[in-house]
Amino acid sequence: MKTYMRTMNGWWRRNPFYLWYTLREWSAFFLTAYALVLLFGLARLAQGEAQYEAWRASLATPAAVVFHVAAMLIVLYHAWTWFKVMHKTLPFVRIAGHRVPDGAIFAAGIVSSLVLSLLLLWGLA
Amino acid sequence: MKRSNRPIFWSLFGAGGMLSALVGPMLIFITGVAVPLGFLLPRDTLSYERMLAFAQNGFGKVVILAVIGLFLFHGLHRIYHCLHELGLRLGHGWMAVFHGLAAVGTLVTAYLLVAIG
Repeated sequence: MKTYMRTMNGWWRRNPFYLWYTLREWSAFFLTAYALVLLFGLARLAQGEAQYEAWRASLATPAAVVFHVAAMLIVLYHAWTWFKVMHKTLPFVRIAGHRVPDGAIFAAGIVSSLVLSLLLLWGLA
Repeated sequence: MKRSNRPIFWSLFGAGGMLSALVGPMLIFITGVAVPLGFLLPRDTLSYERMLAFAQNGFGKVVILAVIGLFLFHGLHRIYHCLHELGLRLGHGWMAVFHGLAAVGTLVTAYLLVAIG
C-alpha cells in the first residue's frame, strides 16, 4: 500500500529557526571530518617523520586553513547550543535541595569551556 | 525482552558532544589554524618528536583515543539524523552502519596507538 507522504524539500529554508537548527546539525559533518583529519595525522605519525611532515604541510595549505576556520566557527555554535539545552539534557541538578536554575547551568558550561580552552592554549604556548 | 542498545550509543553521542563543546573549537584552532600558520603558537608545537612522544605516553594515548573516537561517535550519530531530516528514509539498519563506521574509526585509532609503541 502506498500512503501519501508530504514532501520535505527545502523545509529548513522556510524559517530562520530551522536554518539555525540545520546549521547546528551540520556541525556534526565538520566534527567528523576533523576527527578523520586527526586520524589521518596519527596514521602518518606512525609511518614516520617524512610522512608526518607531509601531512603537516598539507594542513598549511589555504584550503585546509579555510576548512579549519569554518569548522572552528560551526563547532563553536554547536558548543553554544549544547550548553544552552544542557538544563534539559542533564538530570535535574540540585544544590542544597534547590534546583540549579537553567541560566546557571548554561553559564557553568560556557565558563568550563572557556577555562579548559585557555588552559589548553596556555599549556602549549 | 531484547535490550535496546540505544543508551550505549546515546552515551557515546553525549560524551562526544560534551567533549567537543568543551574543547572542540580551541582544538581545531590549535591544530588547524594557529600551528600551521605559526600564529600565537610556534610551528614546532606539533613537531614530529613532540607528537610521537605524546602518542607513546599513556595519558596521550587516552586523550587521542577519546578525541577521535568520541568525535566520530557524536558526528556520525548526528549525520544519520541530518540525512533523515533532509528526507532520506534510512532505516535502523543504516543507523548500525553509521555507528559501525564510528566503531571502525575508533578501533583503527586504538590499533595505531598500540602500533606506535
